[in-house]
Amino acid sequence: MSTPAKISIRDLTKVFYKKGSSVTALKGVNMDIKDGEFVCLLGPSGCGKTTLLRILAELETPSTGEFIISREKEERPLQSMVFQERGVIPWLTVRENVAFGLKMRHLPKAYIKERTDYYLEKVGLEQFSTLYPKELSGGMKQRVNIARAFANDPEILLMDEPFAALDEQNKFILQEELLSIWSETKKTVLFITHSIDEALLLSDRIVLMSSQPGAIVKEKRVEMPRPRTMEEVRANADLASSFVEIWTHLQDEVQGSRM
Amino acid sequence: MKERLNNIEHDPLVVEKEEWKKRQLKSRLKQLLTISSPIFILILWEFLSRTGLVDARFFPPPTEIVGTFITMGTSGELFEHIGISLFRIMAGFLLGVIPAIILGLLMGLYSPLRHFFSPLIMALMPIPTLALLPIILILFGIGEVSKIVTIAGSVFFPVIINTVAGVTTIDRIYLDVARNYGANSRQFFFKIALPGALPVMIEGIQMGQAIALLTIVAAEMMGANSGIGYLIWTSYNAFLLKEMYVGLVLISFFGYLFSLILRGCQNKLLPWR
Repeated sequence: MSTPAKISIRDLTKVFYKKGSSVTALKGVNMDIKDGEFVCLLGPSGCGKTTLLRILAELETPSTGEFIISREKEERPLQSMVFQERGVIPWLTVRENVAFGLKMRHLPKAYIKERTDYYLEKVGLEQFSTLYPKELSGGMKQRVNIARAFANDPEILLMDEPFAALDEQNKFILQEELLSIWSETKKTVLFITHSIDEALLLSDRIVLMSSQPGAIVKEKRVEMPRPRTMEEVRANADLASSFVEIWTHLQDEVQGSRM
Repeated sequence: MKERLNNIEHDPLVVEKEEWKKRQLKSRLKQLLTISSPIFILILWEFLSRTGLVDARFFPPPTEIVGTFITMGTSGELFEHIGISLFRIMAGFLLGVIPAIILGLLMGLYSPLRHFFSPLIMALMPIPTLALLPIILILFGIGEVSKIVTIAGSVFFPVIINTVAGVTTIDRIYLDVARNYGANSRQFFFKIALPGALPVMIEGIQMGQAIALLTIVAAEMMGANSGIGYLIWTSYNAFLLKEMYVGLVLISFFGYLFSLILRGCQNKLLPWR
């Protein structure tokens, strides 16, 4: 018996057309993601992974095909996105940024405060709650982004290379923090990255994409038990061979698209 | 060569402290230059006028202008002129800025509105409102309304153009965030468009403020019987050049004061910058 899919994507195709020339960003993408599953979408830049995420986030419409996100609770938003670092709104304070989604939905003040406080504390930003983003470091901004999405309590979370702009040390710290927050809520996550290490650490399943046209070429389960740490992932021999396998595959992809 | 070696043996902190002191001194000298230029001009003017190197009838010495200012002030008439001019500037400024901000935000947010109104604004902008003053006087009479409308008309354009530019240059990612988190159009307007456009908008308001002062003087010269512009014009006609200079200095003073006030507002309104 397989559990019904939380996100199911059917034959999703997106073509960008502009005066005579067209680019097929996505071609016939099919995918099912189970409830509570953490899936990383991995591929070279320009492979359409961001387009797929933006379609799920309803920021872009597919050319053909469809997707369904199943709803568990009526009052929940379907999805919330963890944007890249620039996505923190500069004219709102840390607290206002975290409360943004809740405020947009006109929820009761007390409830907004409670949830905002909870996630501010989770990401360790309580004492920075009245600051504006310009006063924050890159890592702290990304914590705001993460807290904003979790506080909104959506059915699924979409993450658009949230750690791509961070330095490596901060990246490791935030990855582990993300895992610890995620393990409490067990939300379904679709996470975009071009870092193989990141995908191995975070995901239950890695979906590899090829570029032009963007299509799913391979899937890889990551069986390592949770909670995981970066050290364990690095030390694990199975994952080391997975890394090489994925790398060889991506290398072929990138080389192939060059020819 | 030997001196350099000696230098290396110094305490680096001491070396850097000396460097820092030099930099401090330099920046203080620069501040001094900023203050000294107007003072220098005033002293030069005073000297040239007193010694008769320039005609004191056209360029009366600054000290005498100050004297005239005090006598005019004690009679009370001067403050009536100032009061009425300030009222016209304020009323005209608000009448121009508020519609410009509202229409500008709407044009920035909704591209059909932008496409509809832009050609009208582009076509009307180059016409100086002062050139329309005869028409404005016919429409609104010689009373206060015509002056207020003239100022409003000239303030409107820089503010609306900067407001539209402010909205259209907001980083797209904030629009995506608002959409993704379910903002309705009202929230979009007040939480994203207005605060996001504010920095560029304030630049436009700053420009509008300067234009309002230029306009009021000219408008009062042409069709008024009170105000600073009227004072300048009648003093000039009666060859009372000291009185005229008092009017000019007042305009310059208020221009500077308004700029300072707006800068202050800017810091209050944009704590996040």
